[in-house]
Amino acid sequence: MAKITLSGLAHSYLPAPKSDEDFALKELNHVWDDGQAYALLGSSGCGKSTLLNIISGLLIPSQGRVLFNDRDVTEAPTAERNIAQVFQFPVVYDTMTVRQNLAFPLQNRGANAKYVAERVNQIAQMIGMEAELDRKARGLTADAKQKISLGRGMVREDVNALLFDEPLTVIDPHMKWQLRTQLKELHHEFGHTMIYVTHDQTEALTFADKVVVMSEGRVVQIGTPQDLFERPEHTFVGYFIGSPGMNLIPADVRGSRAIVAGSEVALGRSYGEPDGKVELGVRPEFVRFAPEGEGLSARIKRVEDVGRHKIVRLEFGEHDINAVMSEEEDLPSGSAFIRFDPVGINIYSNDWRVQPQGGQVQ
Amino acid sequence: MSATTTDAAATRARARTGRRFNTSALVMVLYLVFLFLPIYWLINMSLKPNSEILGGVTFWPRNFTFDNYVTILTDPSWYMGYVNSIIYVSLNTLISITVALPAAYAFSRYHFMGDKHLFFWLLTNRMAPPAVFALPFFQLYSSIGLFDTHIAVALAHCLFNVPLAVWILEGFMRGVPKEIDETAYIDGYSFGRFFTRIFMPLIASGIGVTAFFCFMFSWVELLLSRTLTATEAKPIAATMTRTIGASGIDWGVLAAAGVLTIVPGALVIWFVRNYIAKGFALGRV
Amino acid sequence: MNKTVNQKAWFLVLPVLVLVAFSAVIPLMTVVNYSVQDTFGNNVFFPAGLEWFRDTLQSDRMWASLGRQIMFSAIILAIEVPLGIFVALNMPKKGAWVSVCLVLMSLPLLIPWNVVGTIWQIFGRVDIGLFGYLMAQLGIDYNYTQDALDAWFTLVIMDVWHWTSLVALLAYAGLQSIPDAYYQAAKIDQASRWKVFRYIELPKMQGVLLIAILLRFMDSFMIYTEPFVVTGGGPGSATNFLSIDLVKVALGQMDLGPAAAYSIMYFLVVLLISWVFYTVMTNIDKRGGA
Repeated sequence: MAKITLSGLAHSYLPAPKSDEDFALKELNHVWDDGQAYALLGSSGCGKSTLLNIISGLLIPSQGRVLFNDRDVTEAPTAERNIAQVFQFPVVYDTMTVRQNLAFPLQNRGANAKYVAERVNQIAQMIGMEAELDRKARGLTADAKQKISLGRGMVREDVNALLFDEPLTVIDPHMKWQLRTQLKELHHEFGHTMIYVTHDQTEALTFADKVVVMSEGRVVQIGTPQDLFERPEHTFVGYFIGSPGMNLIPADVRGSRAIVAGSEVALGRSYGEPDGKVELGVRPEFVRFAPEGEGLSARIKRVEDVGRHKIVRLEFGEHDINAVMSEEEDLPSGSAFIRFDPVGINIYSNDWRVQPQGGQVQ
Repeated sequence: MSATTTDAAATRARARTGRRFNTSALVMVLYLVFLFLPIYWLINMSLKPNSEILGGVTFWPRNFTFDNYVTILTDPSWYMGYVNSIIYVSLNTLISITVALPAAYAFSRYHFMGDKHLFFWLLTNRMAPPAVFALPFFQLYSSIGLFDTHIAVALAHCLFNVPLAVWILEGFMRGVPKEIDETAYIDGYSFGRFFTRIFMPLIASGIGVTAFFCFMFSWVELLLSRTLTATEAKPIAATMTRTIGASGIDWGVLAAAGVLTIVPGALVIWFVRNYIAKGFALGRV
Repeated sequence: MNKTVNQKAWFLVLPVLVLVAFSAVIPLMTVVNYSVQDTFGNNVFFPAGLEWFRDTLQSDRMWASLGRQIMFSAIILAIEVPLGIFVALNMPKKGAWVSVCLVLMSLPLLIPWNVVGTIWQIFGRVDIGLFGYLMAQLGIDYNYTQDALDAWFTLVIMDVWHWTSLVALLAYAGLQSIPDAYYQAAKIDQASRWKVFRYIELPKMQGVLLIAILLRFMDSFMIYTEPFVVTGGGPGSATNFLSIDLVKVALGQMDLGPAAAYSIMYFLVVLLISWVFYTVMTNIDKRGGA
């Protein structure tokens, strides 16, 4: 198990990158703590697989260094890094039995037979495949095979990190839940450093201690699921995470007040006078209805009942706003007055969050 | 995602070839030299006059001449052999694919009474030794007046090409999700229109590979095509026996004729080279 | 893929059925018909029962041909399959050289079989052929028209030259279909080169190799044109394979009855061995799987 340090890391697939645009992964400095579970979250082509491949040693970065604990492994081949990886689709050795599959990484490293047998049984118990140990891997279902790949990844006790590259893509929805829970339990039990690549926010938020959100080759925020929800550092995090995503409205911010579509909104904290493209971000969960005549005037376009709550689609000036309301809430029809809960308000300048100054302002 | 994976693969491949380049390249060079040596010798011989050929071994033509080729290309009884071969090979490829397409579709999409037995029976025809069929074919085609026609050879070659075509195409068709058919029918396509407009383009590489195999096996076969023809449809391969005359074998012309039989095959390979690489991997073959 | 039951699919199969019935069933019936009759010429036939079959089964000549045939197929399979796999493993994975290799390797496959025979007939001759010349220069007594062993050697190397590429191309297609993740996983598991071959590449090639082995078996077992051109079955009857022998019986002696009985048994042997190959190889696949 290891602490992973990424220092000045960047990668371009072009031989001579010139502008920032040429980089598939833009400069990144970060330390990933030992024994934590991280999720790399982002849409397709955001650079998350590039980053994973650099860590696993399939790619050598164009610049920067990768350190496992304090050892520089930037150019070390995959085998030397002592990592384990679970791929997007199950990679198992078809002609071997489940037992042979699990024993394979240990045998290749010359472990003694007694230890291998014990360890294999232990892992089989963990992934719940004791009954199938002597069956051929070929012919098992996709999720059973994925469990084998997972088991093969965990069979070595000394792995530096366990990497997951969208491992649940081919798994049935009900099995996804089960496998993810199992994974989480295993993490608690053994404390491997885990890195989990996904484009599914639910997977990332439920699995990881910390989520690394990536967009266009850049890490835009690293934080706990709660951070990402309450304090998105970048507008991308705001609308990529959450369902529906954060409402973003152009605003004119003056201290603790903002003018939004001609109306004034209290921000709760002072933000100075940010320049550039200034936007007010508020998650639908923090949009409330106000008594008649107070707050901002809006019009209800549509209400979608999704079971646990209702999503209200509103028209506010020329902007669309979403609000999440509990099932019990009585909705006005047609025109309505809304307000934003100051706790849930964030101010963005050129897409990056502006830090409020000082404490609460009344 | 796909872009990054491919690039990752490229990097890996580079790293790997860096280490193994020499041995792999050496193996390939040796193998290709082994393949090419006999062909080189044939070409070498075809460019020499007979006196030089029989005078002793020379590694390149000292008395360079195109006379052997001129002999073949100016004599209709020679070059018509090529025309005949190409006619029946094309006919056979066309027939094989035309009948195999719907059959392969049926096998890949539907269960019907006796489908498995039928499929197996079709394949057994690929295992029939042509030598077994030579004589009965001769009698059959003579009795219906098709002896010494291109169509006779084309039909006879269907014996082994149709089963093969059905088999290869079925493999490719299985790879096309059934949902595509269903969507097309819901969109109001008739079977014919769906098959020609949507389905066939989807398995284009499969059809390419099948055509390649049909062409190949029909082009190289001699026993049946020689048995079923006399003069009108005589294939080039059979014409080559003419070089054995009263004064011995005309080696130069024989070699030139041999070289010329390689040319159409080489052209076909060149045209389908991208299909071979892609097609071999896609289907079952 | 889950198929639906549809009896109308017969209509789609009908053209193939008609065509194959015409080009296979009718001739085959003719053969069967001959095999149980005898004739004194002039198209006058009378039933001969199973006499021709009995005769053929008791013919030493047929058994000798069958033995030679099995030996030939076994030798070329033993050489071509491993060699083809070896070549496929060494082929470039991507880039311009792939096309070059594919085209050059396919070339022997598209040469008419009698030309293949002619090429090797010339190539092996001591007086005008490169191969024969080199053997003579090396002081090796080589003459495929006189010496049975040399004749065999020439035919085997000719077949290897002719057909190894087919095995290689099929194996290459199998290799190309292996996703990169397998190789990455093997690296992570620290599998040796041999284990990568044994546990990843070989299992993934199994399907195409079955096809390659079946095709090579069938075609080598039915080989006629190439040895006919090179050795004509000689020297003596050293390379008298089944097809050559059959044609000698059928056309040379015009013995229709024995030839027909011979044909049928020949066909059945090919079917039987192909079936055995197929069953054995698909069983390896299933064993322990369920």
